[in-house]
Amino acid sequence: MRANYGYTDGTGDYFITIDTDKCNGCGDCVAACPENIFELAEDDYGKVVAVVKEETRKRVGYVCPGFNGVCSRKEVNCHSACKNEAISHTW
Amino acid sequence: MFVAGVDIGSRGAKSVIMEDGNVLSYSICDTGPESVRAAELTMAEALKGTGLSLKDFSYIVATGYGRVLVPFANANISEISCHARGAHWYFPSVRTILDMGGQDCKAINCDEQGRVTNFIMNDKCAGGTGRFLEMIADVLQVPLDEIGSLSLESTQDLPFSTVCAVFAKSEALALLKKGVPKGDILSGLHDAIAVRCRNLLKRVSIEKDFTITGGIAKNVGMVNKVKEKVGLEPLLATDPQIIGALGAALFARERAESQGGPRES
Repeated sequence: MRANYGYTDGTGDYFITIDTDKCNGCGDCVAACPENIFELAEDDYGKVVAVVKEETRKRVGYVCPGFNGVCSRKEVNCHSACKNEAISHTW
Repeated sequence: MFVAGVDIGSRGAKSVIMEDGNVLSYSICDTGPESVRAAELTMAEALKGTGLSLKDFSYIVATGYGRVLVPFANANISEISCHARGAHWYFPSVRTILDMGGQDCKAINCDEQGRVTNFIMNDKCAGGTGRFLEMIADVLQVPLDEIGSLSLESTQDLPFSTVCAVFAKSEALALLKKGVPKGDILSGLHDAIAVRCRNLLKRVSIEKDFTITGGIAKNVGMVNKVKEKVGLEPLLATDPQIIGALGAALFARERAESQGGPRES
């Protein structure tokens, strides 16, 4: 399942996509995110996967600094931490 | 075996009672400010005439925005999975679902088993949702269940620049003062909402078959506009508003079966 968390507003698209078929629930992204936006949770089909925290979903564009502009320059980020390349960003 | 699904939406509270894979009864009530009370009301309404009481149920699943507030539920499951499950039960060929609810819209893809493969929701802003249509119906003083058919009487295209409730309301009022027929205003607004829905659907993938669920799917004008924008004829359930609750009841049945028989209580 491709789970898209986020929204579109007047300034652009802010979606973080987690491919739960690729996610193995290891939690490395949880530790890697400087803003601590991920957590592990059981999905509706009983698989433990990474999700964007509920309270962050409506303001993800403010909380997450963005991958393309900011986090991609860091040595450790959620994309690099994920061995299965399950996470992607639109900004 | 009896199971139930309760969907506490932002505007409507729905419940579906199933007996061995058939829908026995269902009800739709207003959610109001107290979700717990709405859950009790909608369940009581669905129980009427069935001769059942809560203790007869093997399993009850709650879904929707207020799902954690259903006191008698055994589990809660997100409305995304429930809509996919419910829509798939109705139409096994469905791969794309647009859920048009009271305060948000969701686009969902599901596979041949009714499991979600891709979903997106735009829940940050309630522009262009059920609540928005309620507000517009109120401004135009047209009953909510008539706005769809009235929009079909439109004779001219009016481009609305926004589905923001605040700005659309003033645009609508300005047009009304110019003497523009209500049908044209409604048609223009429905068009703007349909464009927003198409953009949401494009983020997942638009595949056949396509269905619309949620309360707005009962609005013929809206269904017509979505069909025009998306380019697919939507399959419509008898009552699209209960699909989420139906999906919840189907999850309840699956869980009751995996538990092996009715729960002891």
